[in-house]
Amino acid sequence: MNERFIVLIEKYFAKELSDKEKSELETLLNDNPKLKEEFEEQKRVKEVLTKMKLKNPSREVWDGYWMGVYNRIERGIAWILISIGAIIFFAYASIEAVNSFIKDTQTPPLVKIGIGILIFGILVLLFSLIREKFFITKRDKYKEVQR
Amino acid sequence: MSSETTENRSFSKIEKKEFEMLVAKNMRRAYYSALGLLGSHDAAMDLSQEAFIRAYKNYDKFDERRNFFSWYYKILKNLCLNFIRDKKRRKEEPILEYRNDELENENPQETVEKNELTELIQEALSELEFEEREIIVLREFEDYSYNEIADMLNIPAGTVMSRLYYARKKLAGKLKRMMI
Repeated sequence: MNERFIVLIEKYFAKELSDKEKSELETLLNDNPKLKEEFEEQKRVKEVLTKMKLKNPSREVWDGYWMGVYNRIERGIAWILISIGAIIFFAYASIEAVNSFIKDTQTPPLVKIGIGILIFGILVLLFSLIREKFFITKRDKYKEVQR
Repeated sequence: MSSETTENRSFSKIEKKEFEMLVAKNMRRAYYSALGLLGSHDAAMDLSQEAFIRAYKNYDKFDERRNFFSWYYKILKNLCLNFIRDKKRRKEEPILEYRNDELENENPQETVEKNELTELIQEALSELEFEEREIIVLREFEDYSYNEIADMLNIPAGTVMSRLYYARKKLAGKLKRMMI
């Protein structure tokens, strides 16, 4: 389609046509029935769309909108604090558990090695999952492209 | 400098009151833009709020010489795209209605016809590609100027015009097919 024609009809819809452009558009429409047809089609769709609007939500939605945003920001901060606290607590508990496990003389060495390998395996698995979730996904340039 | 812009500050220095004012000023267009793109009140509410939260957290990246909503819209659009990608078979609610001045002095028959047309248009809109639907929502329902849309979508105003033209053309084709 003629790019100039598109610019002219968009300007026509926006009521931004100058006198010169107005006569340019008229000439195009009079000389080319195909363009005239396109113009009429665009006009019809535009007219229908102009009569419509997106539905208004109830007034209460706007009254509570800011509190919704604020509460979520506040909860986000609370979750960060809870996470930091939990990490410190579980790190300390893990160190204590490992210490007492190593010092435990009653558990046979073979069982200790088995438990050690099991925990190591779980940690590798966790690391791999976390890396996939936060590292690889973030670097996928095309994740927002609709395939 | 617009009323939305202030001197350069980092996220930690933006006052709650000031951000509250930014939200109050932009929440309606944020919600309506999301509603037009997603076709769901709950999703539009959720994602427009989530986009404000992300805007708040990344406020230090915002160039305050620019329009806040144009910057915010990019965050919102990404969230909407992710939402649509994750929920391909989502069910849309009725999100369109006639403007108030169109509803005065009409009889029940006209009301039924208008409701049918509204449904048809919404169905045709939902069949458009994301970018086509987006441009129709921004221009036809939200009344943004070509330059404002160009700024929001990071494309030249000429591209906005041609994208709009082809989106309307496609919409016309779909409506014709549905009305036959």
